[in-house]
Amino acid sequence: MQLQTLLSSSDPGLPPDNKYAIQTQHLNIFYGSFRAVKEVNLGIERQKITAIIGPSGCGKSTVLRGFNRMNELVPTAHANGQVLFHGKNIYDHDVDPVQVRKHIGMVFQKPNPFPKSIYENIAWGARINGFKGDTDELVEASLRGAALWDEVKDKLGQSGLSLSGGQQQRLCIACTIAIKPDIILMDEPASALDPIATLKIEELMRDLAKEYTIIVVTHNMQQAARVSDYTAFFTMDQDRAGYLMEYGPTDQMFTNPTQKVTEDYITGRFG
Amino acid sequence: MSIQPNGAPASTSAHPLEITPASNLGHRHRLGRIWRIIFLASTLVGIVSLITLLLTILNDSMGYVAYEFKVDPTSLSASGLALQELSRDALVAILRQNISANAYNTLEKAKPFAERSQADVYDLVYERVIEPEVAKTWTLFESLFERRQVFTEATEQYPQATLSFTFWINPEFLSDPQSSDALFAGIRTAILGSLWTIAITILVALPLGLGAAIYLEEYARDNWLNRIIQTNINNLAGVPSIIYGILGLAIFVRALEPLTSGAIFGVGDPLTAKGRTILSAGLTLALLILPLIIINGQEAIRSVPNSLRQASYGLGATQWQTIWHHVLPNAIPGILTGAILAVSRAIGETAPLVVIGASTYITFDPSGPFSKFTTLPIQIYQWVSRPQSEFRNIAAAAIIALMVLLLGLNAVAIYLRNRFQRRIS
Repeated sequence: MQLQTLLSSSDPGLPPDNKYAIQTQHLNIFYGSFRAVKEVNLGIERQKITAIIGPSGCGKSTVLRGFNRMNELVPTAHANGQVLFHGKNIYDHDVDPVQVRKHIGMVFQKPNPFPKSIYENIAWGARINGFKGDTDELVEASLRGAALWDEVKDKLGQSGLSLSGGQQQRLCIACTIAIKPDIILMDEPASALDPIATLKIEELMRDLAKEYTIIVVTHNMQQAARVSDYTAFFTMDQDRAGYLMEYGPTDQMFTNPTQKVTEDYITGRFG
Repeated sequence: MSIQPNGAPASTSAHPLEITPASNLGHRHRLGRIWRIIFLASTLVGIVSLITLLLTILNDSMGYVAYEFKVDPTSLSASGLALQELSRDALVAILRQNISANAYNTLEKAKPFAERSQADVYDLVYERVIEPEVAKTWTLFESLFERRQVFTEATEQYPQATLSFTFWINPEFLSDPQSSDALFAGIRTAILGSLWTIAITILVALPLGLGAAIYLEEYARDNWLNRIIQTNINNLAGVPSIIYGILGLAIFVRALEPLTSGAIFGVGDPLTAKGRTILSAGLTLALLILPLIIINGQEAIRSVPNSLRQASYGLGATQWQTIWHHVLPNAIPGILTGAILAVSRAIGETAPLVVIGASTYITFDPSGPFSKFTTLPIQIYQWVSRPQSEFRNIAAAAIIALMVLLLGLNAVAIYLRNRFQRRIS
């Protein structure tokens, strides 16, 4: 129960009839003059896992980073169109990207814990976001939430880098849920891990989906089929600009896709 | 015909691991060995030069010296005791007999003999009465391996002289102020001057350089203005140091004289120092190493993995929080390594300080940033340009002191760096 209240992602300001946690409208993302992603219209359902799949270079990661303005760390990147979060475009001028990233957290491809203790890894993110409560409690709740507590409870003082790859990735997930985001973006979270660690992450994602909205980019078709509720298939046009080809419930996408390209990609005929 | 497991007929094909001329393997290995020898040779040349340098300095810093005394020390002591063993009063008596009443009174006025120690009075007797002079010095090498020749030469050419083995670098040399007589000269003023100067240099250059490095690496956009700034900094790192001396002379000594002489603070001695103060020297050296610190700092900041920055931003950190909590702590070992190299260069600099007007001969200690000053390299430079051979010996001794000072400062910096490294990993 305590865990529930600590990690609750509910927001009182949300209109009850809005079924999308986040929604893009005519989103275009550019690197300099190159348009990497064009005209994406994608509504992400709350507390579901949405997988983004597609061939290399089709802009999957770019779209994912478009959801929390991480693209802006690349100096030449810019976006137009809208990404609506609670009815507000996150690209509006009065929106601070730092605030966006607090609500829309991110887990990266390569596990990237800080070179600090496990405890500090989790406490730091919460602290800089103004957390004032009991840090011990928060660390425990976050580690339990990331299914890591039992493995590390006796060595919270050790460096986060001393953990195995899979554990590091779950530590990063714990750091993310410690700041209580609404949405968690995952950029190929298991691609650097072995099959067993991958399974653990996937189980964890299913657990997290009970409370969080998750968007995951993956190269692994089976993974998308196993974990996701919805699948968005991206491909690219002749100008190498990525666009959304097909989007729907995962079962339907994998058994009965409407587009020939989707079927070809899913069955491994290209990509 | 029997068929081998790999399917090839046994009679026509050689074993796959057999070396054939076509594989060219011998040639490839030989080439590798030649390069290895070349690399080893260049390392050896470096090491040999370093050892030669050290030996040359050691060679000059100690050895036999033939002293000629104006008054034979044995004739002074009536009791037959050695002078060092005489009581203070006996030594004072000797002093009174042998120097003019005027000189005696001056000494008495400076500090009454009743308050002086026996060693102090002995030094006075040695300096004022015995008045030793160096007739000839021999190097350490000659003193060790050609002792007989040294002795013969001394007895033949300097029959009056006393031969004794002398360590030019000794406690008195470190603690005495400057003197025009090589036998009584010390480097206290120069050491203090060097320490004061380098402290100011570090205080100014490190924060400024680090700030600029952070700005250029983390904040500056990639536009033509910043590219020009970057190119200029890179070029400034290669500008000869004497040019910084000219810059320092124009700006700190001349244009900012009221500031660097301490006049606007109402301290310092504007009549003697003008702008040629420790402050000017420190600021000039700070300018000199600023580009080095900036470039090294940038390098260190750039080597912090981007994944760390992303992790930080992903958790909703601001740019400043990312820099302060993650980028800087991880860059500090690299920043310090660069700073150590830069400061080492500053300690050894002579040319810019000569240009801005370092005093070559001062006997009083610097009392603050607005004092006249000399530094160890300046002192060494001045001594090696003197014709008397004994100045070459004290220059060698001062070089050893400078190197020990440098190594000491580096050791402290490296210790600090390693502590930082341990804390973050």
